[in-house]
Amino acid sequence: MIESIEHIVKEHRFFAGMDEGFVALVSGCAKNMRFDPGQYLFHEGDSADWFFLLRNGSVAIELRDPARGAVTVQTLHEGDLCGLSWLVPPYRWTYDARAIDLVRAIAVDAACLRRKSEADPRLGYDMMKRFMPPLVERLQAARMQMIDIYGAHD
Amino acid sequence: MTDAFSAASVADPMIPRVARVVRRKREIADVVTLEIDGGAFDFAPGQFNMLTAFGVGEAAISVSGDPDNSARLVHTIRAVGAVSRALTELHVGEPIGLRGPFGRGWPMVEAEGRDVIVVAGGLGLAPLRPALYRLFAEREKYGRILLLFGARSPADILFRDELEAWRGRLDIEVEATVDHARGDWRGNVGVVTTLLSRAQFSAASALAMLCGPEIMMRFVANALLERGVAQERVYLSMERNMKCAIGWCGHCQFGPVFICRDGPVFPYSQLRGLIAKKEI
Repeated sequence: MIESIEHIVKEHRFFAGMDEGFVALVSGCAKNMRFDPGQYLFHEGDSADWFFLLRNGSVAIELRDPARGAVTVQTLHEGDLCGLSWLVPPYRWTYDARAIDLVRAIAVDAACLRRKSEADPRLGYDMMKRFMPPLVERLQAARMQMIDIYGAHD
Repeated sequence: MTDAFSAASVADPMIPRVARVVRRKREIADVVTLEIDGGAFDFAPGQFNMLTAFGVGEAAISVSGDPDNSARLVHTIRAVGAVSRALTELHVGEPIGLRGPFGRGWPMVEAEGRDVIVVAGGLGLAPLRPALYRLFAEREKYGRILLLFGARSPADILFRDELEAWRGRLDIEVEATVDHARGDWRGNVGVVTTLLSRAQFSAASALAMLCGPEIMMRFVANALLERGVAQERVYLSMERNMKCAIGWCGHCQFGPVFICRDGPVFPYSQLRGLIAKKEI
């Protein structure tokens, strides 16, 4: 049996407890996507037209360094949100996202969701409350990585 | 000289006895494991010894070996300052001063019957390894056992062979993460708290043992509390500048406690109000 996108969206932990009407609105902007191992979900500098909610598989968030090549700064896993750059202008990715293994994801059309959020600020507020926790979590993680907690500090 | 030192150490805990390095293994770039002929040496997981590099000084080093194998006294040392560097540069056959064991270790008895979450960061895996050996040796006494390990990069993963072997066991869960990695690393990348958010355990019954950089332990302890683990059952191994190791000198005073005598392992409930204070 093929699951409807609405059912898949509703079942994803990111949308846990979401109002049915909002689920329908989000689902109208969503589609299923799959990425083979090694395939990129997006590249740095590209327009952030979509964001992804991972259903299966893992994604490496990479920064390119001329000396070191691709440096992975974070891995994302089943249930995680991939992509925050669509939230703020100029809506461009600031890193690469590579599928480590087979990835299945809900892809959400960012412009579509932004439009619907402008039209119904209650949806916008609901979405913002869902995006803030991972955003804050990643900011805290970045701070910890920045101070190099495992480095030798005499 | 050895006999004089040995005799004195029975009476005076401040006088080291002279032991010898019998095995030396470089673990990662700046970390060395020394095996010492300490004689029959009983210790509890989480306890530490004072090791002397003669002519340089003395440092507190946690025992990192198996508590049920008293014939092998093992310490894992990171070259950070002058003393620890000198210790890591000792070779097989060279003398080393030994006082100990000191302090209160991991709550192995309190952990019985509970899910046990072991969270280690960097070299913090070394003081936890004796507890892990004990948990594995008495596996039937515990609920789920989770080992979550964080390191700076794949090249900085301590005890990698053992971690991989433990990961192969069907009765424990082992997850590792690094702060950053090149593209050929297929494991997790991110801070160790991200592993905790995906871990499955019974918060009502869980007991946690944390060792690593203090900032890491603070964040992990708070994340555990958010998951519903009681602060009395979250244990941290603290590190401070220890000198006498028996609560005389006051170097390692941390508010109302001495890390060397009252710790180094403490329940978070005892430290929570102190650990965030800049003045301490």
